[in-house]
Amino acid sequence: MIVRIATEGQFEVEDGSVDKLNELDNACVAAVDAGDEASFHQNYEAMLTLVRDHGTELGDDDLHESALILPPPDLTFEEAGEQFTGEGLIPD
Amino acid sequence: MPGIGGRFSTVVKAKVSKMLDRAEDPAETLDYSYQKQLESLQNVKKGIADVVTAKKRLQMQSDKLEQSVVKLDTQARQALAAGQEDLARTALERKQGLQAELQSLDTQVAELESQQQRLTDSEKKLRAKIEAFRTKKEVIKAQYSAAEAQVRISEAATGVGEQMADVGLAMQRAVDKTENMKARADAVAELEAAGTFEDLTQLGEGGDDIDRQLKELTTGTQVDDELAKMKAELGSGSAPAQQIEGGQA
Repeated sequence: MIVRIATEGQFEVEDGSVDKLNELDNACVAAVDAGDEASFHQNYEAMLTLVRDHGTELGDDDLHESALILPPPDLTFEEAGEQFTGEGLIPD
Repeated sequence: MPGIGGRFSTVVKAKVSKMLDRAEDPAETLDYSYQKQLESLQNVKKGIADVVTAKKRLQMQSDKLEQSVVKLDTQARQALAAGQEDLARTALERKQGLQAELQSLDTQVAELESQQQRLTDSEKKLRAKIEAFRTKKEVIKAQYSAAEAQVRISEAATGVGEQMADVGLAMQRAVDKTENMKARADAVAELEAAGTFEDLTQLGEGGDDIDRQLKELTTGTQVDDELAKMKAELGSGSAPAQQIEGGQA
Protein backbone atom coordinates (compact mmCIF):
# COMPACT_ATOMS: atom_id res chain seq x y z
CA MET A 1 0.00 0.00 0.00
CA ILE A 2 1.30 3.44 -0.89
CA VAL A 3 1.13 5.93 1.96
CA ARG A 4 1.97 9.58 1.69
CA ILE A 5 3.09 11.65 4.64
CA ALA A 6 1.83 15.08 3.62
CA THR A 7 4.62 17.61 2.96
CA GLU A 8 7.17 14.80 3.25
CA GLY A 9 6.84 12.05 0.65
CA GLN A 10 5.38 8.72 -0.49
CA PHE A 11 6.25 5.31 0.95
CA GLU A 12 5.43 1.75 -0.09
CA VAL A 13 4.27 0.09 3.10
CA GLU A 14 3.89 -3.68 3.45
CA ASP A 15 0.33 -4.86 3.89
CA GLY A 16 1.34 -6.38 7.21
CA SER A 17 1.93 -2.91 8.63
CA VAL A 18 -1.51 -1.66 7.70
CA ASP A 19 -3.21 -3.31 10.68
CA LYS A 20 -0.74 -1.68 13.02
CA LEU A 21 -1.32 1.67 11.29
CA ASN A 22 -5.04 1.25 11.72
CA GLU A 23 -4.56 0.49 15.40
CA LEU A 24 -2.49 3.65 15.88
CA ASP A 25 -5.02 5.63 13.85
CA ASN A 26 -7.77 4.52 16.22
CA ALA A 27 -5.58 5.39 19.20
CA CYS A 28 -5.13 8.88 17.74
CA VAL A 29 -8.90 9.30 17.43
CA ALA A 30 -9.35 8.13 21.02
CA ALA A 31 -6.65 10.54 22.25
CA VAL A 32 -8.28 13.45 20.39
CA ASP A 33 -11.69 12.53 21.83
CA ALA A 34 -10.22 12.40 25.31
CA GLY A 35 -8.41 15.72 24.82
CA ASP A 36 -5.17 13.93 25.61
CA GLU A 37 -2.57 15.88 23.67
CA ALA A 38 0.46 13.91 24.87
CA SER A 39 -1.11 10.59 23.92
CA PHE A 40 -2.11 11.94 20.53
CA HIS A 41 1.41 13.10 19.70
CA GLN A 42 2.87 9.83 20.90
CA ASN A 43 0.55 7.75 18.73
CA TYR A 44 0.79 10.00 15.72
CA GLU A 45 4.57 10.02 15.96
CA ALA A 46 4.43 6.20 16.09
CA MET A 47 2.35 6.19 12.89
CA LEU A 48 4.91 8.38 11.13
CA THR A 49 7.80 6.28 12.39
CA LEU A 50 6.11 3.08 11.23
CA VAL A 51 5.69 4.47 7.72
CA ARG A 52 9.19 5.93 7.57
CA ASP A 53 11.01 2.95 9.06
CA HIS A 54 9.01 0.08 7.60
CA GLY A 55 8.18 1.71 4.31
CA THR A 56 10.30 2.19 1.23
CA GLU A 57 10.35 5.72 -0.10
CA LEU A 58 9.10 5.96 -3.67
CA GLY A 59 11.33 7.52 -6.29
CA ASP A 60 10.72 11.16 -7.10
CA ASP A 61 9.68 10.23 -10.62
CA ASP A 62 7.11 7.65 -9.48
CA LEU A 63 3.63 8.63 -10.59
CA HIS A 64 1.58 6.31 -8.39
CA GLU A 65 -1.33 7.58 -6.39
CA SER A 66 -1.37 7.12 -2.61
CA ALA A 67 -3.97 4.91 -0.97
CA LEU A 68 -3.62 6.85 2.27
CA ILE A 69 -2.40 10.34 3.03
CA LEU A 70 -1.24 11.13 6.55
CA PRO A 71 -1.44 14.77 7.69
CA PRO A 72 1.79 16.79 7.90
CA PRO A 73 4.21 15.75 10.67
CA ASP A 74 3.97 19.19 12.31
CA LEU A 75 0.23 18.78 12.82
CA THR A 76 -0.96 20.65 15.90
CA PHE A 77 -3.32 19.10 18.41
CA GLU A 78 -5.95 21.61 17.35
CA GLU A 79 -5.63 20.57 13.70
CA ALA A 80 -5.72 16.94 14.78
CA GLY A 81 -9.19 17.60 16.14
CA GLU A 82 -10.34 18.22 12.57
CA GLN A 83 -8.57 15.20 11.07
CA PHE A 84 -8.78 12.43 13.62
CA THR A 85 -12.48 12.12 14.13
CA GLY A 86 -14.99 9.31 13.65
CA GLU A 87 -13.27 6.45 11.92
CA GLY A 88 -9.98 8.28 11.69
CA LEU A 89 -7.88 8.41 8.55
CA ILE A 90 -8.38 4.72 7.85
CA PRO A 91 -12.05 3.70 7.86
CA ASP A 92 -12.57 0.37 9.60
CA MET B 1 -13.79 8.82 4.10
CA PRO B 2 -13.13 11.36 6.84
CA GLY B 3 -9.85 13.04 7.61
CA ILE B 4 -7.30 14.87 5.56
CA GLY B 5 -6.44 11.68 3.71
CA GLY B 6 -9.91 11.44 2.29
CA ARG B 7 -10.58 15.07 1.65
CA PHE B 8 -7.14 15.61 0.21
CA SER B 9 -7.39 12.74 -2.32
CA THR B 10 -10.88 13.79 -3.35
CA VAL B 11 -9.74 17.31 -4.08
CA VAL B 12 -6.83 16.02 -6.15
CA LYS B 13 -8.99 13.64 -8.14
CA ALA B 14 -11.65 16.23 -8.79
CA LYS B 15 -9.06 18.68 -10.06
CA VAL B 16 -7.37 16.14 -12.28
CA SER B 17 -10.55 14.80 -13.82
CA LYS B 18 -11.81 18.32 -14.44
CA MET B 19 -8.61 19.06 -16.23
CA LEU B 20 -8.78 15.86 -18.28
CA ASP B 21 -12.40 16.37 -19.24
CA ARG B 22 -11.57 19.48 -21.18
CA ALA B 23 -9.88 17.74 -24.07
CA GLU B 24 -11.22 14.82 -26.06
CA ASP B 25 -8.20 13.61 -27.94
CA PRO B 26 -5.75 11.75 -25.62
CA ALA B 27 -2.71 13.34 -27.25
CA GLU B 28 -4.21 16.75 -26.72
CA THR B 29 -5.11 15.90 -23.12
CA LEU B 30 -1.55 14.85 -22.46
CA ASP B 31 -0.03 18.00 -23.84
CA TYR B 32 -2.59 20.12 -22.06
CA SER B 33 -2.02 18.57 -18.66
CA TYR B 34 1.74 18.78 -19.11
CA GLN B 35 1.33 22.47 -19.89
CA LYS B 36 -0.77 22.94 -16.76
CA GLN B 37 1.83 21.14 -14.69
CA LEU B 38 4.57 23.43 -15.91
CA GLU B 39 2.45 26.45 -15.05
CA SER B 40 1.87 25.10 -11.55
CA LEU B 41 5.58 24.55 -11.11
CA GLN B 42 6.18 28.22 -11.89
CA ASN B 43 3.61 29.19 -9.26
CA VAL B 44 5.28 26.94 -6.71
CA LYS B 45 8.64 28.57 -7.38
CA LYS B 46 7.11 31.98 -6.95
CA GLY B 47 5.43 30.82 -3.74
CA ILE B 48 8.71 29.61 -2.29
CA ALA B 49 10.34 32.93 -3.16
CA ASP B 50 7.56 34.71 -1.25
CA VAL B 51 8.14 32.58 1.82
CA VAL B 52 11.87 33.34 1.68
CA THR B 53 11.16 37.06 1.42
CA ALA B 54 8.80 36.94 4.38
CA LYS B 55 11.38 35.05 6.41
CA LYS B 56 14.05 37.62 5.62
CA ARG B 57 11.75 40.40 6.69
CA LEU B 58 11.18 38.68 10.02
CA GLN B 59 14.90 38.21 10.46
CA MET B 60 15.38 41.92 9.92
CA GLN B 61 12.72 42.63 12.51
CA SER B 62 14.53 40.34 14.88
CA ASP B 63 17.78 42.25 14.27
CA LYS B 64 16.00 45.50 15.01
CA LEU B 65 14.62 44.14 18.26
CA GLU B 66 18.10 43.02 19.16
CA GLN B 67 19.37 46.56 18.73
CA SER B 68 16.56 47.89 20.89
CA VAL B 69 17.49 45.47 23.62
CA VAL B 70 21.06 46.76 23.61
CA LYS B 71 19.82 50.33 23.59
CA LEU B 72 17.50 49.77 26.54
CA ASP B 73 20.29 48.13 28.46
CA THR B 74 22.48 51.18 27.88
CA GLN B 75 19.67 53.48 28.90
CA ALA B 76 19.12 51.54 32.09
CA ARG B 77 22.78 51.90 32.96
CA GLN B 78 22.72 55.60 32.26
CA ALA B 79 19.62 56.05 34.38
CA LEU B 80 21.13 54.11 37.23
CA ALA B 81 24.38 56.03 37.01
CA ALA B 82 22.35 59.23 37.22
CA GLY B 83 20.65 57.89 40.33
CA GLN B 84 17.26 57.45 38.64
CA GLU B 85 16.40 53.96 39.71
CA ASP B 86 12.76 54.13 38.58
CA LEU B 87 13.82 54.98 35.07
CA ALA B 88 16.36 52.18 35.09
CA ARG B 89 13.68 49.77 36.24
CA THR B 90 11.31 50.82 33.48
CA ALA B 91 14.03 50.42 30.87
CA LEU B 92 14.85 46.97 32.18
CA GLU B 93 11.22 45.95 32.19
CA ARG B 94 10.99 46.94 28.56
CA LYS B 95 14.16 45.13 27.81
CA GLN B 96 12.86 41.92 29.41
CA GLY B 97 9.65 42.15 27.43
CA LEU B 98 11.48 42.60 24.17
CA GLN B 99 13.86 39.77 24.97
CA ALA B 100 10.97 37.39 25.49
CA GLU B 101 9.51 38.43 22.15
CA LEU B 102 12.87 38.15 20.49
CA GLN B 103 13.30 34.62 21.71
CA SER B 104 9.93 33.51 20.45
CA LEU B 105 10.53 35.25 17.13
CA ASP B 106 13.86 33.50 16.69
CA THR B 107 12.31 30.10 17.44
CA GLN B 108 9.63 30.74 14.87
CA VAL B 109 12.09 31.89 12.24
CA ALA B 110 13.99 28.63 12.77
CA GLU B 111 10.77 26.64 12.32
CA LEU B 112 10.03 28.55 9.16
CA GLU B 113 13.50 27.72 7.95
CA SER B 114 12.79 23.99 8.20
CA GLN B 115 9.41 24.45 6.57
CA GLN B 116 11.11 26.21 3.70
CA GLN B 117 13.48 23.29 3.36
CA ARG B 118 10.58 20.85 3.13
CA LEU B 119 8.92 23.07 0.57
CA THR B 120 12.05 23.04 -1.56
CA ASP B 121 12.23 19.24 -1.32
CA SER B 122 8.58 18.98 -2.32
CA GLU B 123 9.15 21.26 -5.27
CA LYS B 124 12.06 19.12 -6.38
CA LYS B 125 9.85 16.02 -6.24
CA LEU B 126 7.16 17.78 -8.22
CA ARG B 127 9.67 18.76 -10.88
CA ALA B 128 10.87 15.14 -11.11
CA LYS B 129 7.30 13.89 -11.41
CA ILE B 130 6.47 16.38 -14.14
CA GLU B 131 9.55 15.27 -16.00
CA ALA B 132 8.47 11.63 -15.59
CA PHE B 133 5.04 12.57 -16.86
CA ARG B 134 6.60 14.17 -19.94
CA THR B 135 8.45 10.96 -20.76
CA LYS B 136 5.39 8.85 -20.07
CA LYS B 137 3.13 10.98 -22.23
CA GLU B 138 5.29 10.35 -25.26
CA VAL B 139 5.15 6.60 -24.62
CA ILE B 140 1.38 6.70 -24.16
CA LYS B 141 0.91 8.74 -27.31
CA ALA B 142 2.98 6.30 -29.33
CA GLN B 143 1.85 2.97 -27.91
CA TYR B 144 -1.70 2.95 -26.67
CA SER B 145 -5.14 2.99 -28.19
CA ALA B 146 -7.27 6.00 -27.41
CA ALA B 147 -9.38 4.23 -24.78
CA GLU B 148 -6.42 2.74 -22.97
CA ALA B 149 -4.52 5.98 -23.22
CA GLN B 150 -7.25 7.80 -21.29
CA VAL B 151 -6.89 5.42 -18.37
CA ARG B 152 -3.12 5.71 -18.29
CA ILE B 153 -3.19 9.48 -18.60
CA SER B 154 -5.57 9.68 -15.71
CA GLU B 155 -3.32 7.50 -13.54
CA ALA B 156 -0.18 9.45 -14.35
CA ALA B 157 -1.87 12.82 -14.01
CA THR B 158 -3.26 11.85 -10.61
CA GLY B 159 0.25 11.02 -9.43
CA VAL B 160 1.47 14.46 -10.47
CA GLY B 161 -1.68 16.10 -9.16
CA GLU B 162 -1.20 14.55 -5.74
CA GLN B 163 2.33 15.92 -5.52
CA MET B 164 1.08 19.30 -6.64
CA ALA B 165 -1.56 19.33 -3.94
CA ASP B 166 1.09 18.33 -1.42
CA VAL B 167 3.37 21.23 -2.36
CA GLY B 168 0.30 23.44 -2.16
CA LEU B 169 -0.37 22.24 1.37
CA ALA B 170 3.27 22.74 2.45
CA MET B 171 3.17 26.22 0.98
CA GLN B 172 -0.09 27.09 2.70
CA ARG B 173 1.34 26.03 6.05
CA ALA B 174 4.46 28.10 5.54
CA VAL B 175 2.45 31.13 4.47
CA ASP B 176 0.06 30.83 7.44
CA LYS B 177 3.03 30.68 9.73
CA THR B 178 4.69 33.78 8.24
CA GLU B 179 1.39 35.68 8.41
CA ASN B 180 0.98 34.91 12.11
CA MET B 181 4.55 35.77 12.89
CA LYS B 182 4.46 38.94 10.87
CA ALA B 183 1.34 40.16 12.62
CA ARG B 184 2.90 39.52 16.00
CA ALA B 185 6.27 41.00 15.09
CA ASP B 186 4.55 44.11 13.71
CA ALA B 187 2.62 44.53 16.93
CA VAL B 188 5.77 44.26 19.02
CA ALA B 189 7.67 46.60 16.71
CA GLU B 190 4.90 49.15 17.10
CA LEU B 191 4.87 48.74 20.84
CA GLU B 192 8.60 49.01 20.90
CA ALA B 193 8.76 52.06 18.62
CA ALA B 194 6.21 53.90 20.74
CA GLY B 195 7.78 52.85 23.99
CA THR B 196 11.50 53.24 23.51
CA PHE B 197 12.46 56.50 25.01
CA GLU B 198 14.88 58.57 23.04
CA ASP B 199 15.23 61.03 25.82
CA LEU B 200 15.14 59.92 29.42
CA THR B 201 13.50 63.13 30.54
CA GLN B 202 10.44 62.39 28.44
CA LEU B 203 9.64 59.32 30.38
CA GLY B 204 8.00 60.99 33.34
CA GLU B 205 6.29 58.59 35.68
CA GLY B 206 6.60 55.74 33.23
CA GLY B 207 2.99 54.81 33.74
CA ASP B 208 1.59 55.11 30.24
CA ASP B 209 -0.24 52.41 28.39
CA ILE B 210 2.79 51.09 26.56
CA ASP B 211 4.67 50.73 29.79
CA ARG B 212 1.90 48.73 31.30
CA GLN B 213 1.72 46.47 28.28
CA LEU B 214 5.42 45.91 28.24
CA LYS B 215 5.41 45.37 31.96
CA GLU B 216 2.87 42.60 31.56
CA LEU B 217 5.33 40.79 29.38
CA THR B 218 7.94 40.66 32.10
CA THR B 219 8.33 39.14 35.46
CA GLY B 220 9.29 41.42 38.29
CA THR B 221 11.91 39.13 39.73
CA GLN B 222 13.94 39.06 36.55
CA VAL B 223 13.97 42.84 36.49
CA ASP B 224 14.95 43.01 40.16
CA ASP B 225 17.78 40.59 39.59
CA GLU B 226 19.09 42.44 36.63
CA LEU B 227 18.82 45.75 38.37
CA ALA B 228 20.80 44.39 41.29
CA LYS B 229 23.44 43.05 38.98
CA MET B 230 23.67 46.32 37.17
CA LYS B 231 24.06 48.17 40.44
CA ALA B 232 26.83 45.88 41.50
CA GLU B 233 28.61 46.39 38.19
CA LEU B 234 28.26 50.13 38.38
CA GLY B 235 29.25 50.06 42.02
CA SER B 236 26.58 52.65 42.60
CA GLY B 237 27.05 54.46 45.90
CA SER B 238 23.72 53.53 47.42
CA ALA B 239 24.59 50.23 49.12
CA PRO B 240 23.38 47.78 46.48
CA ALA B 241 22.93 44.77 48.75
CA GLN B 242 20.48 46.54 50.98
CA GLN B 243 18.58 47.94 48.07
CA ILE B 244 18.07 44.51 46.59
CA GLU B 245 16.44 43.25 49.70
CA GLY B 246 14.23 46.25 50.08
CA GLY B 247 13.75 46.69 46.36
CA GLN B 248 10.44 44.90 46.13
CA ALA B 249 8.47 47.81 47.55
